[in-house]
Amino acid sequence: MKKLILTAALVGLTAGAAFAEAHGNVVRMGTEGAYPPYNFINDDGEIDGFERVLGDELCARAELTCEWVLNDWDSIIPNLTSGNYDTIIAGMNFNAERDEVIDFTQAYIPPSDSLFVGLSDDVELDGAVIAAQTNTIQASYIASETGATLIEFATPDETVAAVRNGEADAVFADGDYLLPIVAEDADLMVILDPVQVGGGVAMGLREGDELIAVFDEAITSMKEDGTLNALLLEWFGEETPTW
Amino acid sequence: MFEYCSDPDTLSTLNWFSCYLTNGAHFRFYQSFLTVFALLAVTAPISLAFGFAAAAASRSHVAPFRWVGKGYTAMVRGVPDIVFFLFFVLVLDQGIEYLRHIVTCPDWDEPIRQGANFLVCDAARTPQSTSPQWVHEVYNFALAVFTYAIVFGAFCGNVLFGAMRAVPRAQLETAEAYGMTRRQTFWRILVPQMWIYALPGLSNIWMILIKATPLLFLLGIEDVVYWARELGGSRTSAYQYPHPDWRFWYFLGLLVFYLSFTRVSEIVLARLTRKLSHGQATMAGEDMRKAAA
Repeated sequence: MKKLILTAALVGLTAGAAFAEAHGNVVRMGTEGAYPPYNFINDDGEIDGFERVLGDELCARAELTCEWVLNDWDSIIPNLTSGNYDTIIAGMNFNAERDEVIDFTQAYIPPSDSLFVGLSDDVELDGAVIAAQTNTIQASYIASETGATLIEFATPDETVAAVRNGEADAVFADGDYLLPIVAEDADLMVILDPVQVGGGVAMGLREGDELIAVFDEAITSMKEDGTLNALLLEWFGEETPTW
Repeated sequence: MFEYCSDPDTLSTLNWFSCYLTNGAHFRFYQSFLTVFALLAVTAPISLAFGFAAAAASRSHVAPFRWVGKGYTAMVRGVPDIVFFLFFVLVLDQGIEYLRHIVTCPDWDEPIRQGANFLVCDAARTPQSTSPQWVHEVYNFALAVFTYAIVFGAFCGNVLFGAMRAVPRAQLETAEAYGMTRRQTFWRILVPQMWIYALPGLSNIWMILIKATPLLFLLGIEDVVYWARELGGSRTSAYQYPHPDWRFWYFLGLLVFYLSFTRVSEIVLARLTRKLSHGQATMAGEDMRKAAA
């Protein structure tokens, strides 16, 4: 009897795999789910945000079946290259360092400002303690281009919490992430000068993946008919740069 | 969940919380407790089996068996758990892919290790990238269970080995005097009597196993710790239920959960000890015999 159940379970497993293989075009979309409004887990426990809507639309246009996968930010590139999912769509800016390891589609969000947010505006960047998320372009900017001390956190939320509890003088992150938080917290304010560190947000794929051309085409079609701009305005506000 | 939840901004505090704590994200949090229970339910018997095999091997008269049994317990006990968890999951995952790679793609000429990357051919990827999400989740969970079983199996092995030696020598000699073979002595005399000696050690390991379950979080499985951090983080009004940083309360909740869980375990294990002591040639068993007489 036990053997029968085990065999049935195995048949179920392989049948599931065979079914998916027959479809062949399930694309696994990897995202972080902790970076509103780019991508986050909503109150229903589902992945939501600008990139969820965008990704679903791109898959619809490219006639792909897509499935969403959550992955921590600090291992998001290694897990793409090792094949745990097929794309990174997680507010990731294109830069040369990442481009050595993975390939990018064209950008779907134009380069935008990264901001410093702190509790008071008498912060000198040189010698200040700046919080940033691990493995972000903001973290490498603080570490290599400024005289500030960098402290890194695994999630974006923890970087803001570090400023609130006084552990850091300021947090450095994408303005689109920080501005909604600043707007609702009277203690926080934008300080210092905005910096443009990224080359625009794009989807990351394994090097030489045929899907790059497919997604590029879908992004182009969304840029051309204005739906991408409408989405940008909807999720990032009226002042966001558009295409 | 409740009808009045459609517009959370207008609710009183009590109603707001009743809606907040029953939204979809919280249900996924509650489900993650089942992940913890499932892990324990699967891992405990497998660990015990590993431990039993290790203890039996350590007692073997065949030297290679003894080396394997002793080597296994000594090695796992000497390495920090967390190192094993991070190491073994990686080794299992890459090992499985590597073996499948050799079988399925014999004419692959690119190196598998490229810098930080571990690249095998598509057909060898485990699970297949075309597999549905639940297959990936089950696979990750199975890797975690196996790793837990290896680590806790070694601890169990050490306890059971000690328990087997604690069974009074006279019992075994009597068995031999009756003409039982080594095998018969082991299964009929030694094993039934060793459990009472093993129980204090095993119950200790059970407690440690319960407390080790949050390590799932490190393996990228969405467990209670993941959801506590996710839900406790501050929320802007982009969410239906905005709130400041509540991680303190969520982690406090986890603390209470683990404390209650270990307390219940203690009570159950104490009862089990009483039951197993009955009629045994131990001090507790002797006391029970005298009390009854």
